[in-house]
Amino acid sequence: MAKKKTIRSIPQERTPMREQEPAVRSKNFAEVACGYHPDDALRESERCLMCPDQPCVSGCPVGINIPGFIKKIGEKNLRGAYDILTETSLLPAICGRVCPQENQCEGVCTVGQSLEPVAIGRLERFVGDAAIREGWANIPYIEPNGFKVGIVGSGPAGMACAADMAKAGCDVTVFEAFHEPGGVLKYGIPEFRLPNEVVDAEINNLRKLGVKFECNTLVGRLFTLEQMISEMGFDAVFVGVGAGYPTMLGIPGDSLNGVLSANELLTRCNLMRGRDFPNADTPQPMGQRVAIIGAGNTAMDAMRVSVRLGAEKVYCMYRRSRQEAPARAEEVHHAEEEGVEFHWLTHPVAILDDGKGNVRGMRCVRMELGEPDASGRRRPVPVEGSEFDFECDLVVYAIGTNANPIMGQTSGLKLNKWGYIGTDDTLATSLAGVFAGGDIVTGAATVIEAMGAGRKAAASMKAYLGIRDTCKPYDQDKEKLFGIGLGERNFARVKVA
Amino acid sequence: MSCYEIVAREDFSDVTYLLEVRHPMMAKAAKPGQFVIVMLHENGERIPLTIADFDREKGTITLVIQAVGKTTREMQQTCRVGTSLHALVGPMGIPSDISHAKKVVCVGGGLGVAPIYPQARAFKESGAYVIGVVGFRNKDLIFWDEKFRAVCDEFIICTDDGSAGIKGLVTAGIEQAIAKHPDIDEVVAIGPPIMMKGCVETTRPHKIKTMVSLNPLMVDGTGMCGGCRVKIGDTVKFACVDGPDFDGHQVDFDDLMTRLRRYTKEERMALDHWEKEKAGKADKGCRLKKTIDNAVDGVKS
Repeated sequence: MAKKKTIRSIPQERTPMREQEPAVRSKNFAEVACGYHPDDALRESERCLMCPDQPCVSGCPVGINIPGFIKKIGEKNLRGAYDILTETSLLPAICGRVCPQENQCEGVCTVGQSLEPVAIGRLERFVGDAAIREGWANIPYIEPNGFKVGIVGSGPAGMACAADMAKAGCDVTVFEAFHEPGGVLKYGIPEFRLPNEVVDAEINNLRKLGVKFECNTLVGRLFTLEQMISEMGFDAVFVGVGAGYPTMLGIPGDSLNGVLSANELLTRCNLMRGRDFPNADTPQPMGQRVAIIGAGNTAMDAMRVSVRLGAEKVYCMYRRSRQEAPARAEEVHHAEEEGVEFHWLTHPVAILDDGKGNVRGMRCVRMELGEPDASGRRRPVPVEGSEFDFECDLVVYAIGTNANPIMGQTSGLKLNKWGYIGTDDTLATSLAGVFAGGDIVTGAATVIEAMGAGRKAAASMKAYLGIRDTCKPYDQDKEKLFGIGLGERNFARVKVA
Repeated sequence: MSCYEIVAREDFSDVTYLLEVRHPMMAKAAKPGQFVIVMLHENGERIPLTIADFDREKGTITLVIQAVGKTTREMQQTCRVGTSLHALVGPMGIPSDISHAKKVVCVGGGLGVAPIYPQARAFKESGAYVIGVVGFRNKDLIFWDEKFRAVCDEFIICTDDGSAGIKGLVTAGIEQAIAKHPDIDEVVAIGPPIMMKGCVETTRPHKIKTMVSLNPLMVDGTGMCGGCRVKIGDTVKFACVDGPDFDGHQVDFDDLMTRLRRYTKEERMALDHWEKEKAGKADKGCRLKKTIDNAVDGVKS
């Protein structure tokens, strides 16, 4: 009989994961985090206590059976681990890389109460990468059910919804405005955090499920949501178009040449191959002294891309302190290692012109934290007389985004006062048959939350279409039809000769 | 996978050419004032081009392009009938407001002549009295004048050198129209920013509503990068989703023109690089021999 695991018998230290050295990786776009070796994964899987509470499962926005897949890793059954993961999370290679685990599963891990938490994210990535390498994709034969479903937007929300609907037997088409699918996974998250190959591998798995991708399709303008339902034969539609409309600061000098949104910087680099210019045609804006305003994940990405594109100095200006920074802890840590200079409690008030319409510098003011505001975070207040100027030649705004306006402009969907799509608890919108989820409903959030929304909407869409999960038996007492309980015992089994 | 095939091509001059592209869905959906974003190949850049015409029966849209930078020159060389574009998305932008203007002047300068055509036609179809004003450098560069005459009640051509029509810029044509018609409801002007600025200043003292179509640099065209932001009065708008049409009297044209010069250095680099590449390819030796060598290597390995 195996010895019972206790907090003292498991490996005490978290298994480190090899990373590229900062001095080397700040000059290349290859992945920073190199992934676990099988021995590392085995050792780390032993650190899971298999505790009865399982706080990690409720800490996960989609409720992955974390102890389940970790147990399989321990049994060296990676395929089994993948099967368990893909019951809930369809994109383990992606989530393992980009989820803010410290705020989710790892943040509530039992082992983490006394030691470092189990490296759940690294283990998920390990399994996801093995699946891509080995070509496992859980593609059973699925009986078509005759329903046609449209998905608007091929980002994480759309992909998760597409997978669920395809697995239920629907004929699924995903529409994407860009020339390549993936949404923010492609254009937003840089190669060194999430390689485009990983995104493409997951997209190919969807294609194997029968999902069709139509790129270069701007829904709303090429055809409307209403047309999808009334003319094009779609029985249900999911809208996951994101909230990419960037916020500008609105300070003097906003429109000078050399000021751009992080979205533009990242899209040019990640999607449009800007770093290969002039071998690829899209120019990549870069400077010698780059100032990024903001401290979320997008800001960290913009900073680390700037380092790799050759900027001598990269600054981060954030009006609150490090504790309030919304970025994933690992990203801030990596950015610091790569030489980004952080200026906490600093806020720009004007961008300075060189007389020819280009950026030559920025005027900032120091901040201090005052009373908490509506979000619960302490509100930053400028310190009188603390203004200072400094030189820079590129300013990047990563201070948040708003709803993309096209759906609102082109359909009868009810929006809330901020322009996001209004939904009820089941993610249904004001248009019958149309559901929505992800950033376009909640405002900018994370990949895993978008996926969770995609899955939730898929469950609602299946209920709306009347598709039943034939693998789930009727619940004896809860489900009734005309007062007759639908539990197994109420039906006679008839044998067909 | 959709294929954006070119079904017709016309060259108006050694810099201006027309491409008709098959896209039945877009032909059905396109409205005057809208534009597309085009990528020539997978390493290409995304560029906005106004839809100059659409044929809903034939299932095609028409683009009229001026070969200025690397992409438009490369397109001029490689886009023949039967070839395809790598990406074509649209129709983008808020369609023009073909409002209930009773009398309208449609002004097109240089390349702006093409996108103003569908607007003139739409106004005519809605029952308005349409005065068309188009400007070219000289009479050899004139195109589509027959198409315009078919939809305009009055048609004024302006040439810089006076070789046809009025000698002068389109602003001279506008002034002529205003002098003759005191009851003009609206002027719509499309062309290079400096021309639109000129038109707007011509109509401002007469307080005639003037709509312009702005052409800032764009990347995605769907409102997610902010690269196409323009100053309209006190606000900042994105030309791709809030435009491209705006009230000309509110537009900060100087800001637009400065921002259009953002990548002058890179544009020069791209052209130089392309010229070098083409020159290099020219003396790369016998292509047939290379094909044979590659095939033999393939068999060996």
